[in-house]
Amino acid sequence: MMRYVFSVLTMGFLLSIGLASQAFAIDREVAFEDADMQARYQRVIHNIRCLTCQNQSIKDSNSPLARDLRREVREQMANGASDGEIYAFMQARYGDFALYKPPLSAKTIALWASPALLMAIAVFALFRTLKRRSQLDISVDGD
Amino acid sequence: MRFVLPLALFAVLCGFLVMGIGEDPTRIPSPLLDRPVPEFDLQTLSEPPVAVSAADLQGEPALLNVWGSWCVNCGREHDFLMQISRDIPIFGLNWNDEPQAARQWLRDLGNPYRFSAFDAEGRVAIDLGVYGAPETFLLDGNGTIVHKHVGELNPEVWARDFEPRLAQLRQ
Repeated sequence: MMRYVFSVLTMGFLLSIGLASQAFAIDREVAFEDADMQARYQRVIHNIRCLTCQNQSIKDSNSPLARDLRREVREQMANGASDGEIYAFMQARYGDFALYKPPLSAKTIALWASPALLMAIAVFALFRTLKRRSQLDISVDGD
Repeated sequence: MRFVLPLALFAVLCGFLVMGIGEDPTRIPSPLLDRPVPEFDLQTLSEPPVAVSAADLQGEPALLNVWGSWCVNCGREHDFLMQISRDIPIFGLNWNDEPQAARQWLRDLGNPYRFSAFDAEGRVAIDLGVYGAPETFLLDGNGTIVHKHVGELNPEVWARDFEPRLAQLRQ
């Protein structure tokens, strides 16, 4: 019973966080009439870091710099720039750090490779442990 | 023996964490180092305004200082800028400001700048990769960015990061 109550409370808490972050989205105005363009715009500004307010994207920040960068994205999209061109524009000025998904390079290889590496180590450890356990003698007496 | 692998992993993790301790996350390396100041075409704050461009920053080693009258740390470094403006030309980029407020600021606190270009729309600041005022760029005589400092410029930073580079430029 307690466990049930606890999981309901946890879910409620997580849900409220999700809703709260929706409510705090700053840039709610419609930049493009076209639904696809608007969706693209939302995705692009969500992927660009606000550098004055780190750990927020320019979509979530109301700082003047984020406002200027959103205008830059809107203008470039209206002029037909691709996502890649817009990210490259930000990167040339603010470095890899401006992007939430930094490109693969010699500097970022550790960042990108570490999850796969950790997973490989975990799987290796799991198999080794399972193998060792399967070779153990099962004693019914309990000793 | 069975602790060796977890211990090694833990040590590696600790190594990465220790490396991060001394770093200031607000200091972001600029990709613009060793590049020329991006082209711009702005008006100065002076009355009447004068049209200025990146070419006007050239001639001798100089500073380009990004400031705004709203910016608290710009006020803190202002006296020091006044002081070093006798040694090196300082150009201003007035960012995200109201021209009236900016002019009043210079009247009240003194004007260390050869000129302040008024970046009304913040476009030149974006081209310069500016993310927080004050920012100070050290330029060589050709207008190439040699060093960038984010935050207040003070005697300590000046002696550590600027003076050695400036001495090299002036050789």
